[in-house]
Amino acid sequence: MELGLRLAHLYPKQMNLYGDRGNILCLRRRCAARGIELAVDELEIGEPLDATAYDLVFIGGAQDREQRRVAVDLLTAKGDALRQAVAGGVVVLAVCGGYQLLGRYYRPAEGEDLPGLGIFDAWTEHPGPTAKRFIGNVVVRWQGATLVGFENHGGRTFLGPAARPLARVIAGYGNNGRDGTEGVVQANAFGTYLHGSLLPKNPRFADHLIALALARKYGDGGLPPLDDALEEQAHAEAVRLAVRKPIFV
Amino acid sequence: MTKTVTGVRTAAAVGAAKLAATFSRRLGLGGGTALPGLMAEAVAPGLASRLVGELGHGCLLVTGTNGKTTTARLVRNIARTAGFWPVHNGAGSNMMRGITAALSEATNAQGRIPQSERRLGVFEVDEATLPEAAEALAPRVIAFTNLFRDQLDRYGEVDSVAALWREALGSLPPAVAVVLNADDPGVAGLADACRGPIVFYGVADTACAVGGLEHAADARWCPTCGQEYVYSAVFYGHVGHWACPACGRSRPTAQVEAVRVEQPAAGPLGVMATTPVGRLELSLPLIGVYNVYNALAAAATAVALGVEAAIIQGGVASFTAAFGRQERFEVRGRDVQTILAKNPAGLNQVLRALVAEPEPKNLLFLLNDDIADGRDVSWIWDVDFEMLAGHTGLLLASGRRAADMALRLKYAGLDPDPVLECNVERALARALTLTRAGGTLYVVPTYTAMLQVRRVLARWGHRPQFWEET
Repeated sequence: MELGLRLAHLYPKQMNLYGDRGNILCLRRRCAARGIELAVDELEIGEPLDATAYDLVFIGGAQDREQRRVAVDLLTAKGDALRQAVAGGVVVLAVCGGYQLLGRYYRPAEGEDLPGLGIFDAWTEHPGPTAKRFIGNVVVRWQGATLVGFENHGGRTFLGPAARPLARVIAGYGNNGRDGTEGVVQANAFGTYLHGSLLPKNPRFADHLIALALARKYGDGGLPPLDDALEEQAHAEAVRLAVRKPIFV
Repeated sequence: MTKTVTGVRTAAAVGAAKLAATFSRRLGLGGGTALPGLMAEAVAPGLASRLVGELGHGCLLVTGTNGKTTTARLVRNIARTAGFWPVHNGAGSNMMRGITAALSEATNAQGRIPQSERRLGVFEVDEATLPEAAEALAPRVIAFTNLFRDQLDRYGEVDSVAALWREALGSLPPAVAVVLNADDPGVAGLADACRGPIVFYGVADTACAVGGLEHAADARWCPTCGQEYVYSAVFYGHVGHWACPACGRSRPTAQVEAVRVEQPAAGPLGVMATTPVGRLELSLPLIGVYNVYNALAAAATAVALGVEAAIIQGGVASFTAAFGRQERFEVRGRDVQTILAKNPAGLNQVLRALVAEPEPKNLLFLLNDDIADGRDVSWIWDVDFEMLAGHTGLLLASGRRAADMALRLKYAGLDPDPVLECNVERALARALTLTRAGGTLYVVPTYTAMLQVRRVLARWGHRPQFWEET
């Protein structure tokens, strides 16, 4: 049987601040290596999202200015479809700014609150323009293994009772620098502050997302292993850098 | 009395600076470009403002994400040709301490700057340092190269850099001339904040345009109305002929404009430009359209200073590549070319220049993550390495984040298993061994990796140390 998955990349022009495109390159390559064709549709502001057309959805991070425009479009053009997709088990990965906008609201350093989609039971508040940004290498514990990345965010995210954290912070700040949580999981939707890009250096997490999407579509999420020696080396070096060195801001 | 105390203190400060420079070099700590400035500022705060006041022709500043070192160096050469005696922070130390060090270095034993009537300060300034430098140094001209994402971990977002610049420009005296890139909407838009004369520069020759916007394009939206810009030509990144379809904001007319650009594979770059002081024919020993912009920025700065066309042409002709930016040397019978690349827009330009010639290239990429490089290496995923497909011979990844770089090359589909060697000296040795005699090795380092490459080559007997350069 010919396997195929379809991914909606939301706002690639606006939400592309930290090499987020690497996540798409990674998914496409890891699918191709297993004979799975990954079709990617780029959906910009004003373009509707078809809730039933996709197996995966990705949204990256942006500057505050772009984030404001995207927040409006999410609420008006794509929000209902995205909620419906998440309810139907579609795999969603939201990084940094995208993660914030899928929560209940984002309170920026200055100006009015941005209402979020409320897909995640989470909210984000920026303590103000003089507050310390959370910048540096991050290592978190996820499913008995580690995830690595780089974080750079002013907003502090807090999780409500319906949300589970994606991971626990080993080094770095994570959601808010206080409670040791990083990211969020709700159904098959994942929010995280880790970029770097996230997926290339975390091949197990990349495969986890692909497997969830395959299982939902075909009932079987089994994936043959790939030669990930280089990926694991980059991962191990990132762990070493983050844990050995204090993180200065 | 106060005056004497100030004088003594200035002399002490520049003395401390010179001593620190000597020690820093003797101890092999570096080029002696930052520590002396720190020492001098500690002994006599405000030293830079006082010394710059002694420069008979004042000073000018060059800032922007990419190209400021090359542009400032071109301006320095033009200034020299015009008969000025420039004070210049040539080693790329572009914060206030680097400028203070350059000024201290120019003083005599009495703490004064000799031949002050011929003196002109030509200072490259870090983007975030511009407001402080503009206030402390009271420049005559400020030139902006471009605005791209660069070290988001250090500067914050691109928008905050632009906001800093606007604020600095708004508080300048109206006599200060501002030189702006007409083709970069993020820089051209600074005109709104300017109170004095503006010289725009840009490229008219659409023959060197590329297909479309790259992933590294940053200024895509009109700040006035939020519409996406429409481009009739893109030269690199988001630099090109832009217009907002909604409010009519568009590329301003460039007073200094390249009407013809020639990029022969074997170099040099040829630029024919029109200016208010006449026609220029420039020849540069560099590659890439981004260097056309550097030459235009320097020419426009010279125009703002009142320099005539023949002098500008002569000054540019006397140019040799800035420290570490693009250098060429022979090592063990191989031609080694180093090209600094430190952000997506810059590296895309380097790659574009490399694939312009058909034969496969041997490439050594060095990726470090020190503060001067940017701690966050995710920017390499915004670079279009995919364009190298079919153009590579040997691929090596080195530097502290060698594995990240190798991974990027793998996911670009270039080589499933690039040669990976974290140690820079061993990587260079290996790359040379794998390059056939008489062949060319292209070395593409980030900033601190470039310093390491130079140190290794110096150890092998191939480079003058950078503070010895003229």
